[in-house]
Amino acid sequence: MKTVIVVGNGMVGYKFCEKFRAHPANAAFKLIVFGEEPRPAYDRVHLSEYFGNQDAKALELAPASWYSDNNIDLITNERVTDILNETQEVRTISGKSFSYDYLVLATGSAPFVPPIKGVEKEGVFVYRTIEDLEEMLSYAAQIKAIKPDGRAAILGGGLLGLEAGKAVLDMGLEPHVVEFAPKLMPRQLDTRSSNVLQLKLESMGIQIHLGKATNQILGESVIEGMDFGEDDQLDVDMLIISAGIRPRDELGKTCGLDMGTRGGIVVNNKMETSIPNIYAIGEVALYNQMIYGLVAPGYDMANVAANQILGNPEVLMPADIDMSTKLKLMRVDVASFGTPYMPAEKGLSIIYENKTKHLYKRINVSHDGKTLLGGILVGDANDYNILHQMYLNNMSLPENAEELIVGARGDGGSAFGSAMDLPDTAQICSCESISKGKICGSIKEGACNSLKDVIGLTKATTGCGGCKPMVVDLVNETLKSMGKEVKDVICEHFEYTRQELYGIVKVKNIQTFDEALDKCGKGDGCEVCKPALASIFATIYNDTANKEAVIQDSNDRFLANIQRNGSYSVVPRIPGGEITPEKLIVIGEVAKEYNLYTKITGGQRIDLFGAELNDLPAIWKKLIDAGFESGHAYGKSLRTVKSCVGSTWCRYGMDESVSFAIELEDRYKGLRSPHKLKGGVSGCIRECAEARGKDFGVIAVDGGWNLYVCGNGGATPKHAILLAEQIDNETVIKYLDRFLMYYIRTAAPLMRTAAWLDKLEGGIEQLKRIVVDDSLNLAEELEIEMQSLVDKYECEWKQAVECEEMKKRFSHFVNTEERDDNMVFVPMRDQKMPEPWTN
Amino acid sequence: MDSILSEYTSVDPTTVSVWFKACNVNDIPENGGACVKYKNKQIAVYHYKRKQTWYACQNLCPHKMEMVLSRGMLGDADGIAKVACPMHKKTFSLESGENLNGDLPAIAIYPIKIEDGFVYIGFSE
Ligand SMILES: Cc1cc2nc3c(=O)[nH]c(=O)nc-3n(C[C@H](O)[C@H](O)[C@H](O)COP(=O)(O)OP(=O)(O)OC[C@H]3O[C@@H](n4cnc5c(N)ncnc54)[C@H](O)[C@@H]3O)c2cc1C
Ligand code: FES
Repeated sequence: MKTVIVVGNGMVGYKFCEKFRAHPANAAFKLIVFGEEPRPAYDRVHLSEYFGNQDAKALELAPASWYSDNNIDLITNERVTDILNETQEVRTISGKSFSYDYLVLATGSAPFVPPIKGVEKEGVFVYRTIEDLEEMLSYAAQIKAIKPDGRAAILGGGLLGLEAGKAVLDMGLEPHVVEFAPKLMPRQLDTRSSNVLQLKLESMGIQIHLGKATNQILGESVIEGMDFGEDDQLDVDMLIISAGIRPRDELGKTCGLDMGTRGGIVVNNKMETSIPNIYAIGEVALYNQMIYGLVAPGYDMANVAANQILGNPEVLMPADIDMSTKLKLMRVDVASFGTPYMPAEKGLSIIYENKTKHLYKRINVSHDGKTLLGGILVGDANDYNILHQMYLNNMSLPENAEELIVGARGDGGSAFGSAMDLPDTAQICSCESISKGKICGSIKEGACNSLKDVIGLTKATTGCGGCKPMVVDLVNETLKSMGKEVKDVICEHFEYTRQELYGIVKVKNIQTFDEALDKCGKGDGCEVCKPALASIFATIYNDTANKEAVIQDSNDRFLANIQRNGSYSVVPRIPGGEITPEKLIVIGEVAKEYNLYTKITGGQRIDLFGAELNDLPAIWKKLIDAGFESGHAYGKSLRTVKSCVGSTWCRYGMDESVSFAIELEDRYKGLRSPHKLKGGVSGCIRECAEARGKDFGVIAVDGGWNLYVCGNGGATPKHAILLAEQIDNETVIKYLDRFLMYYIRTAAPLMRTAAWLDKLEGGIEQLKRIVVDDSLNLAEELEIEMQSLVDKYECEWKQAVECEEMKKRFSHFVNTEERDDNMVFVPMRDQKMPEPWTN
Repeated sequence: MDSILSEYTSVDPTTVSVWFKACNVNDIPENGGACVKYKNKQIAVYHYKRKQTWYACQNLCPHKMEMVLSRGMLGDADGIAKVACPMHKKTFSLESGENLNGDLPAIAIYPIKIEDGFVYIGFSE
């Protein structure tokens, strides 16, 4: 049996193992893999997601058990230090030696740290591994604790640098991107597109400094700033270096492999190095005198090397490597493909630019107008996949090539047909090398029946995921062409969209979940369709969550949010954030009696945490007796309508924002919807209530209120958009009734208003036509429906505490009065918190 | 942590030595669940009305080790009865205990029977 040793268990090293073990001739080989990092290979491309969830497991390409299941010896935390090519052995840091027949170097690259004076100071980081991110997170937290308005700079305005900028923003520091070149993403963008991107990023709070050469890092032992010479300095508390990569080629030197002048192990199109039986792949390999800093060419190399070793010498690396990229930076699309920019003698460029909308599109076309040479898209890259395919497959262009970026005149449709027009050879998923023919074939030949099947069988979309929209289109179109219908159905039990189901329930007057299953579903339901139907019932009948408790999401069932250790939170409604001292005292007394953690929320009310299930009815009884009602913090329903003090107290106030906020919150309280709803009312354009960060926001202006809709905060913040201007109170309510009711009727489950508007054909203009101009002749119906929901409102906590049968729901055990002894709290400042999770 | 998990192992109906009288059938909501205590164990009991059956399993979710499964939602996946944890919607087969949407360890399943309006759970200790 021959032995293959792989050095490096990164993305490409892993792909090599996968391709190797999937090959029919693999059984004759032993595979040993060394990885220097403490964990098995993970998805570096999506590394930034770690900032959001800190879930290293979620990034794993395969669990450790995958290696043993596939007969691969994975040795992590062990760096290979020498190659002894005479004896075909490698030696590791712990002094062990291993013999090989074939050696594959997949050692990747390391961040390039420019030799700037002071880069060794504390607070300077690189961005490549999970450990790097962990260090950054804890450092950023330290800074924020002492300096809430701390700043972090990113050295390098390339693809990675901008991603780091977003990470800094997420960590709550003020981001500054410092780039040496006069434009952002110099490899991919021309100057005009860089300007558009810069404007957009600046509008999101990322500051950009171009054409800056950093001379020195300032500060004693800890970074305090950056010096650009000539009295030009930037104060920062942290620096992330993202100034390019250098191949990890140090092993090549130990055995005399041919290397590039600027590093990298030279390979040919078989991935062979200058010494027989030694291969190099991924970011350490210098192919065509280039290091490709992208994962797709690395995956190709892995496939080539595996085939070469396993006796398929005909599998070779192509001469041209596609360097096209598409990414989403904070909801901004940026893409470039082919030759993104070029001088006029090489081709013609068609450019569309709209600075106010932060849009830039450029395509480069051959002089004869027949072929697409490349292009750039900023702000809207919906057409990237298809343009990229046209470029890759040399497809012929429409007569008016500009239609490719400005859309065909007239119907507003797009100039290119669908993904189905591509040739079968078109490579759709470049990470996994899956062609259109393979995807469509898997369905036509009957092997697959759904998107899930196709992904399972071909692995398409499992790499960078950029091809997903095209794969979805191909699967749907192919299924359709075979006469199969495809739609966004709720789940295996209901073959309808939420909107269709809403119609059926209403027309057939279906009242319970079982009745729905019997009349239009199958099976017994699940955690997806049960809450979806509960929400539909609420929309139509406005029954409270008590009516059919077992189909409610857990939080609705117990009328409280379940917390980390199985305890619950209690959130009484405080409309508009206005509360009397007497009521404040009651909250305090209840919290004290039941030892609850209290916190003032962003929605201007008070959350009480750490209540045991058994205590909920008693706690609520006290609150209700004092005049409180449920705050529906647990429901997909109206949360709060936030307000500023308005003209009642504020010397700038134009109108009574508090009174109006209370009126709106009282009107829509208890309204169940596809997702949570938040509102805001500001008394002037200073916007202290942050109304434009809400699903609906009202701002007092000269001559009335401006009404904004479909905004949200959270992970993907979005400003609400103007729906109507200078309208009076009654009109605000009229429009809101129509807008909310229309949203509730038509949105998919768990779709917030912003995402719903994104999907609404015609966008805000269409919404204005429906709500303001009543173009669908629906306004009266919507208003009547909303009024009937408003009239039916009942506080569900009041219902629950007044009914002995309902109260039974709130005991941890049904056979004893004992409490859950697994629930552990630990002290936290002067209060308590759940014991942290350890797994 | 793992030690609480090891307190729960599935009981084969043929090896039951104690039938514990857990509660009245009316204590468990139809098509829903509730929790009973047996010695130091927490057992989730479900009345799966649509299939006219009952299930019992550990109340402990092996994901984050919280005693919450009895508050989960019932349902089926391709006909297999399952429960979805209220914390993160991990789903478990109520027939085999297997985690249906991930690779968490299986949960323990206990034999259950109804007699004279009472729910009995089988243990083998
Ligand atoms: C934040 C970030 C975002 C990115 N985004 C994109 C993107 O959107 N699109 C894209 O195409 N690419 C992206 N990339 C680049 C992509 O991650 C790399 O192209 C890819 O990871 C290269 O794989 P590799 O296996 O060659 O190197 P690596 O993934 O770096 O793996 C090499 C491994 O070898 C180990 N190693 C090194 N020397 C030794 C030794 N002597 N002994 C043992 N082990 C050793 C290293 O510790 C490392 O674990 C991104 C990279 C980063 C950091
Ligand atoms: S604790 Fe059960 S799913 Fe996470």
